[in-house]
Parts: sequence; C-alpha cells; structure tokens
Amino acid sequence: MTRHTPIRRARGWLAAGALLTTGALALTACGSGFNDSPGEGQASGSGKLSILIGSSGDAETKAVTDAVAAWSEKSGVPAEVQTANDLPQQLSQGFAAGSPPDLFYLAPEALAGYAANGSIAAYGDDLANKSDFYPSLVDNFTVDGKFFCAPKDFSTLALIINTDLWSAAGLTDADIPTTWDQLASVAQKLTTDGRVGLAFGAEYQRVGAFMAQAGGGLVTDGKATADSSANVEALTYVKTHLNDGSFAFASDVGAGWGGEALGTQKAAMVIEGNWITGAMKADYPDVKYKVAELPAGPGGKGTLQFTNCWGLAADSGNQEQARDLVQYLTSTDQQLAFSKAFGPMPSIQSAADAWSSANPDQTAFLAGAEYAQFPPNMAGAADVITDFNAQLESLKTGDPQALLKTAQSNLEAITK
Amino acid sequence: MSALSPARRRAGSSSSGIRRGEAAAGWLFTAPVLIILGVFLLVPVLMALWVSFSDWTGRGSPFSSNVGFVGLDNYAAVTTGGGLAERDFGTALRNNAWYVLLVVPLQTALSLFLAVLVNRAILRGRGFFRTAFYFPSVTSSVAITVLWLFLFSSSGAINEVLSWLGVNGPNWFSDPSGVVHNLLGAVGVTSGPAFLTGNTLLGVSWWDWLAGPSVAMSAFILMAVFTTSGTFMLLFIAGLQNIGGDVQEAAMMDGANGWQRFWRVTLPQLKPVLFTVLTLGLIGTWQVFDQIYTGTQGGPGKTTLTPAYLSYSAAFLSQQWGQGAAIAFVLFVIIVALTILQRFVLRDRPVSRRRLRQYEVPAAASGSGADRPRAKKGAQR
Repeated sequence: MTRHTPIRRARGWLAAGALLTTGALALTACGSGFNDSPGEGQASGSGKLSILIGSSGDAETKAVTDAVAAWSEKSGVPAEVQTANDLPQQLSQGFAAGSPPDLFYLAPEALAGYAANGSIAAYGDDLANKSDFYPSLVDNFTVDGKFFCAPKDFSTLALIINTDLWSAAGLTDADIPTTWDQLASVAQKLTTDGRVGLAFGAEYQRVGAFMAQAGGGLVTDGKATADSSANVEALTYVKTHLNDGSFAFASDVGAGWGGEALGTQKAAMVIEGNWITGAMKADYPDVKYKVAELPAGPGGKGTLQFTNCWGLAADSGNQEQARDLVQYLTSTDQQLAFSKAFGPMPSIQSAADAWSSANPDQTAFLAGAEYAQFPPNMAGAADVITDFNAQLESLKTGDPQALLKTAQSNLEAITK
Repeated sequence: MSALSPARRRAGSSSSGIRRGEAAAGWLFTAPVLIILGVFLLVPVLMALWVSFSDWTGRGSPFSSNVGFVGLDNYAAVTTGGGLAERDFGTALRNNAWYVLLVVPLQTALSLFLAVLVNRAILRGRGFFRTAFYFPSVTSSVAITVLWLFLFSSSGAINEVLSWLGVNGPNWFSDPSGVVHNLLGAVGVTSGPAFLTGNTLLGVSWWDWLAGPSVAMSAFILMAVFTTSGTFMLLFIAGLQNIGGDVQEAAMMDGANGWQRFWRVTLPQLKPVLFTVLTLGLIGTWQVFDQIYTGTQGGPGKTTLTPAYLSYSAAFLSQQWGQGAAIAFVLFVIIVALTILQRFVLRDRPVSRRRLRQYEVPAAASGSGADRPRAKKGAQR
C-alpha cells in the first residue's frame, strides 16, 4: 500500500498538470472566440431579421408570424419569427453569447438592466409615430430620459363582475361601485357561503391598483415612496376586508388567479386585466360578466397598466430594417389586427376609437389608460416587487406599515 | 521531491523493457476524456469563478477589457450587503437547510427499510416490489412535479383523503407558513422571544430561521423522499447482497435477535453504502432546482426559494451575473464542507472501551479473540 503511494501521488499531480495544460490550451485556443467584441460578427448585417417572441399561444404566434411575413413581402427583407420557451433566459443567453435576436419582446422590468449594460438600442425617438403612443407607455419605456423601445400593446386592470350573481343579489347597473365604500358594500352583499364578493391575486400587480386609488405608488418621480400614508391607507383597507371575508386572495379560494376564481364562481367580482376575456371565452364560456372601471379611492381613480415593447438589440446589424418593421407592427391597422387576434389594446391613441367600437363592452379597460400607473422599471425593481409580493401574501395577518417599510428600504437601495 | 526519486526511477526503468511506450499509449487513450473534461468542465468552472469576482453584466465576453475585477464584492453583496440580495440568500439557505435536514435522514431511512424488506429471499414477488419502489426514480422530475402540484392542490387527492379523516388540509403550494411556527402556534406561541426576533443572520431573524420548512416546502420534501428512496434502495440492496450469510449465522449462534443483528451486524457492514447514499443525498438536496423551477419559482412567500434557483434567477433574470456565480460557489463550498464533515463522522473508528466491554467474556479469560465478532471486516474497503 504505502510503497505505491509516491507513484500514485506523482501520477496524480501529472494528471492534474495535464488537465490544467489542456484547459489552458483550450482557453487560449478559444480566446479569440471569447474576446470578440460584442456583435462584431453581425455588424455587417446579414439582411435576415430574427425575431424572438414570448407568445401567449397559437393565436398570438400566428398573428405575429403573418404580420412579419406581410412586411417581408412588402420590404423584401427576409425575417423569421421564433417563439421562446423562456424569454428572459433565452435573451440573456443571446446577449452573453453576442448573438441576440434582432427584435424581441421586452418586459419593462428587464429594460433598465439591459439598458445599463448597453445590450439594447434606444430607437424610440426615431419612430415616425412616436407622438401617437400613450404618454404613460412612453414613460414606461424611458430610462434616463431616453425612450428606448416602442410599446407593442398594453392592458389595464378593471373590475370584472359576474352579472348573474350580481342580479341574483338584487343589484343593478346603478350599483356598480365608484367609491371604496360602495365597493365594500357590494362585495359584502355578494359574499355568501362558499363565495367571496371580490377576489384578486396576492401581488402588487393587483393590490397596487388600490395604492394608486389612494393616491400612492411605489415610486413617484424617481423617488421611493412605498411607505407613504396613502399606501398604508390602501393596504389597511384591503386588509380590513380580507379579514371580514368579503375580499379574498385568489389562492385562498383555491384558484390559481382571478380569472379562475370568476370562472368557477368562487368570486362574484375580480380585479383582472384584458387577458381575462380570452380565458373566459375559452374555459368558462357560460359565465356572463361585465367589465367596469375600478372604483375611485381617496386619491381618485387608479389602475395599473402592463405592457411589453419591441426591444432592438444594440448588436443587431439590421437596425434600420428592424426599426422599419417595428413601425409597421405598431401601425394602427396592424395593432387592431393583433387586438382582434389575441386581445390586447393598441398602444397608439389613433387606434382607440376603432378599438372601442369593435369592443364596446370592454371600454373600461381603455378608459384606464388615462390614469394608469405602471410598476417601477428601474434595474433591480423586479426583485423588490417579488419580495413585496412575498410579504403581501401574509397581509391578512401582517402589519401594512411594516411591510411597506421593508419595500421602502429595498426601493431606496435601487433608486439611489 | 527526493522521496519520490526512487519511485520515479523505478517507473522510468520500465520504459526500457517490454512495456516501453505504455505510458504514451495511456496518455493517448485518456487524452480525449481529459480534453473533453478540460474544455467542458474545468474551463467553464474557471470562467464562472472569474465571473464571480468580476462586474460582468452578461453582454459579450467576460474576458473582454471592459470587464473589471471587483474582488469579493459579489460575495459580500450576498453575505454582508444588508440589502435584499443578502436577505434572499439567507432565506434560500434557510429553506434549503430545512429541506436537507429532513430529506436526507428520511430518504436514507426509508430506502434502507425498503431494501431490507425486498431483500428477503422469502418474499413473494420481490421483483414486482423492487420495480414498484424504484419506479418513481425513473420518472422525470418535471413530470413528478406536475403530478405533485396536481395531488397537493387545495382540492386535490391528498386533501380529499385528509378530509375523510376529518382533517381540513392546507392549500399546500400557496401556504408560506413554517411548520415549526405552526406547531408552536398550536400551543399558543405565535411570536418568538426578543433575542430570537431581534437578532439576524444573513438578513433573516433567528426566529425565521427556526420557522421550519413551509407547508409548500413540506410537499417538496415528501416528493424528494418519494422519488429518491427508490434509487438508494438499489444501492442498499447491492450492499445487503454483499454481506455473507456466515456472519449473520454466527450472530444467530451467539443468540442475537433480529433487531440486534440489524443494528450490530448488518448496519456496520453497510457503512460504505451508507456513506455513498448520504453523500449523494447531501449533494442532491443542496442542489434542488428542477422542482422549484417547474413548480413554484420560489413562492409562496419565497419559502421554496433555494440557493440553486436563486443563483439562476440572479444571473438570468436580474442580470446580476457576478452574484449568481458567487452564490453557486458558496453552495459548492457548503456541499464540500458537509461531505467532509460527514466523512469525518462516519470514519472507521477503533471500538471504544465502553463498547468493547459488551463483548468481553465476563471471566478473566477475555483474550484478544473475544472481540472478533465486532471486527469490521466488511466495513473496510
């Protein structure tokens, strides 16, 4: 045993050395590949556009593919649409490898991070239809004063009411709540054994609407304002009614989200966005519902908007063609076609009238565009919101002041 | 070096004989593996190590000139930063520590129990039971996770069964409350003493460290035990079949009953297998990722967040590549440290005086032969 040890040890070192040498060799051999300055290989512009989308389903994929094909025919530039399984991850991979897609869906919370490391191009100001976008959407995609990318469409939150349960409770159109007190009283009337009056997700993306209605918000003019008295008032209002049983988080009634709570009639009213219409049509076609604007709180009307933009990679060699394609995809006709195909609202004001007349029963969503807030979009905001959401889940027993204070300190760390 | 030289010469002298060129051939044959390991394992690991010390933002090469060395900044951000990154890391470690603490002993005990059961020659249909117990291990973790989400939903099969027993089951995957806290709450303790709630480790108060796994994490713990015990059962079966019948018979002749034979004879001989199972278990449980990624993404209330998932989300979703890599290396250190600790605990030890006394013949004639049944023949590798 002992006699062999030195040989073994020597061999071990030799093997380790060989491994290291091979590794180092491989490293230097690949060095040229690793050290490419980003996008060098693409700078010439291959002429073919690659587009990566995070699709909600076949309808969206087909609509985008068709639209891009129509543009290709018109402009003579070939383009290929790919759907991502996991968009943020695939985008990160593309940027790290220096070969990102030319155009892609980009969420506002990811914008600041990519803007900071120079991954994406700020082309918003070069668009001909720039002034047609809703101002709040432009703000949503503006970082450090630069309008980065064109909002592709948007959604807002509204109050979705089950009309059968509504009339069964003896309520009429005149009872549609316009204040917090009215909301609380109709929710109380609609609450029965096994059903809550109002349900919504346990997350800032729903509860935040109450904060907006109270006149608060997580970030105001670039400053963290999470622990404002308006926000405390909003969370206290929500907490009170969670505890008296007329409001509930969707997960507490055994539903994955508001739409499921409404569809399974575990809730008579829910707070959801435009996407609920597609889900109701597909999964719960028998449930009749009506869309109303969210009631005003002490600070006036308030809702949240959600949107994505057409991100353009800074490394793209086809910037001009890509911009042209974005212009085409955000045009009035095209956005109305998208809306018809898979439901979101056009991001440009000139399409509003046509959209309203095509969707007369959903105008409450569009009305929200006037006063909608959007979730904070600075770098690191997504983590802060995730943390805030984790705490909101225990709002029923928690202290609103304390959990807003945590959010405040987290926000201050990233708004500095 | 001088100690090595005779060995060297001996190794070198062989090259003149009939075995000349054997070493070269050896290197030639192992070269492909060495190169593949180097390029696909060693280099990426070294790159990741560099990323953990750099301010790389995920764009272009981590070795390009505009990426700077930031020392231990990334490690500091997740361990002493005082911000959200530190609290997230603390929470993830807390969750995973409870997961390891419960899964490793449970899966080891269960797999050993199953192995002993199906190892009996007398058992009818052993092949069937072995297959049945092993089956969950074959199924993909993603498929099992989906199944689990389905079984443990608020109106799922598990809660249905619980309702027959008059138990109102929790809404498993959306219940962030800690099990230990819940048990304490049942006896009226709802908030901890000031020295536990007031002091924090990695941004998480001691009271929260002691919260136990959340109800959601408990469902994952049950899943891990269910899926992995089949694999480890196979290892234990292999170990059991290596144990010669003669030692058992000798023990029987000495009057040991079944229980004593298991604890005093079988288990000590299974020590090498036990070591393997515990090591694999420790490594696997500290790296839990698939279930979290496909199941809960860290929710509810971050109570199923694990360091492996946090590393992924910090890098890919939040663009904090340095912090993501730093978390991965901290996790690596934890795993290595625990494996070494475990090896130390399970090391072969001489039999203690106290233990030895049990085997000594009461009379004066307690020769050296008396402790022979205790000799760890099987335990030595």
